[in-house]
Amino acid sequence: MCEGGFNQSYDMLDINKIREDFPILGDTVYNRPLVYLDNAATTQKPRQVVECISQCYYHRNANVHRGVHYLSQEATEAHEQARESVRSFINARSTSEIVFTRGTTESINLVASSFGETLKEGDEVIVSQMEHHSDIVPWQLLASRRGIRLKVWKFDADGVLHVDDLKALLSDRVRLVAVAQASNTLGTVNPIKEIATVVHGAGALLLVDGAQSVPHFPVDVRDLDCDFLAFSGHKIYGPTGIGVLYGKEQVLERMPPYQGGGEMIDHVTFEKTTFNVLPYKFEAGTPDFIGSAALKAALDYVSALGIENVAAYESQLVDYMIGCLAEIPQIRIFGPRQRIGVASFLVGEIHPYDLGTILDHLGIAVRTGHHCAQPTMDAFKVDGMVRASVAVYNTKEEIDTLIESIMRAMRMFH
Amino acid sequence: MTINEAQDNIIADFEGLDDWLDKYQLIIDRGMAQKIDPQYKTPQHLIEGCQSKVWIHADYADGKVTYQAESNTEIAGGIAAMLVEILSGHTPREIMDADLYFIDRIGLKEHLSPTRSNGMLAMMKQMKLYAIAFNSVN
Ligand SMILES: Cc1ncc(COP(=O)(O)O)c(C=O)c1O
Repeated sequence: MCEGGFNQSYDMLDINKIREDFPILGDTVYNRPLVYLDNAATTQKPRQVVECISQCYYHRNANVHRGVHYLSQEATEAHEQARESVRSFINARSTSEIVFTRGTTESINLVASSFGETLKEGDEVIVSQMEHHSDIVPWQLLASRRGIRLKVWKFDADGVLHVDDLKALLSDRVRLVAVAQASNTLGTVNPIKEIATVVHGAGALLLVDGAQSVPHFPVDVRDLDCDFLAFSGHKIYGPTGIGVLYGKEQVLERMPPYQGGGEMIDHVTFEKTTFNVLPYKFEAGTPDFIGSAALKAALDYVSALGIENVAAYESQLVDYMIGCLAEIPQIRIFGPRQRIGVASFLVGEIHPYDLGTILDHLGIAVRTGHHCAQPTMDAFKVDGMVRASVAVYNTKEEIDTLIESIMRAMRMFH
Repeated sequence: MTINEAQDNIIADFEGLDDWLDKYQLIIDRGMAQKIDPQYKTPQHLIEGCQSKVWIHADYADGKVTYQAESNTEIAGGIAAMLVEILSGHTPREIMDADLYFIDRIGLKEHLSPTRSNGMLAMMKQMKLYAIAFNSVN
């Protein structure tokens, strides 16, 4: 229905074959084929991931790092192989730099709590205005706990951050800058490498929220030179409940433990406890070793497709989606034209919740509301938006269905 | 018209409609027509649902309650409109005792999202609270 922008001959990936790996994509909702466009919230899981989980529980379940027995050793090996997969996926120097967490949120909270303990009253932390609440609230809590100041790096009318504005905020009191590599609402991709240079020049550390970047294009922490990178397994075809904190070894070494418990200790007496080496110092308690193995299966899946191919395909899909959406009368699309993954929009006076409800009944899963980024909503003076977000298994035809369904919904609101 | 007759009228409107979109169209049309006197569009009259806002006001005269409502979303507004239509013009006691079965009968409950049906329950509760308040004044 909407011409141009899509290279029909794209053949690096066989999308129909990929779709067969995701049983849910063949399901119907309200008797209509499911069109799943809420991938920024969570992606669907391929068989390879789900089967890995059941195989682990059926045949390889034992606690890691503690048993002399065969199963425990196997489970430990799988857990550590998963760590190696993550290391290689983001090109970290060493597995000591890969901490397993519950997700992006916990990764950021870990840094805010632990690195936060090294901050003093009067120190400053800068967060961008486009951050997800997960990358705002932990810093606010820290600010009130330790009397530090939180400063906001604002974006422009297109939803783009400018490094010059960051330079104006930096001073020798700034200890850390937290910014998303890709915005979950606007799709803006921020120039992390350039930001890192500027932040390090001011003697501060850089935390990157990679929740929306790692699933969509190659992320190389050594090239970016960020100090921390946080992401979630469930947004990259992996299971819920597992995520990653990458931290530069020398930075993590200097940070105090986050939570206390088993695994993270070296030696415990009531007089004095010493802590385990990295990354275990930050992994108290039994880790989600089934989740880590399944995350590895997800990363293997993406690597087999080639993350560059995923990026190239999705970029065409997003371009096509933005191009088609832009033709809808009275639409407002938020964020820059150059973007990844998501399109957030409003149509005329239709409330996003109403539009989302009708789209839902047409089989289309989109997100409506503030997308956990209320400051971003405030910047555009809206309460909420409708967001369609893609993954590698989405098709041009699904985008066409989205567009037709929006038009149909518009007719219902006269 | 009794409360149940009003409910039955609404059920009849929906009964001929097979497609859910047609049912939604009916709700949306009602929502778009549903307005509250702007002086009552205040925080005191606001019931905050998850994603939609609904304002409700009630007047009491000659032993009967009259409701007004409006929402910033058309679907919640349409549900409010049906509640206003069904419950207005009745005594506090009738409203307090009303069994609002139309929601199940038009299938609203299964098809509205949990946040939306919570919002609907909150609207019904607020309307009954008005009736309880007016009843105690009697
Ligand atoms: C940019 C961004 N940061 C953080 C998060 C939080 O991720 P999680 O809920 O998996 O911890 C999300 C996901 O919603 C996100 O999109």
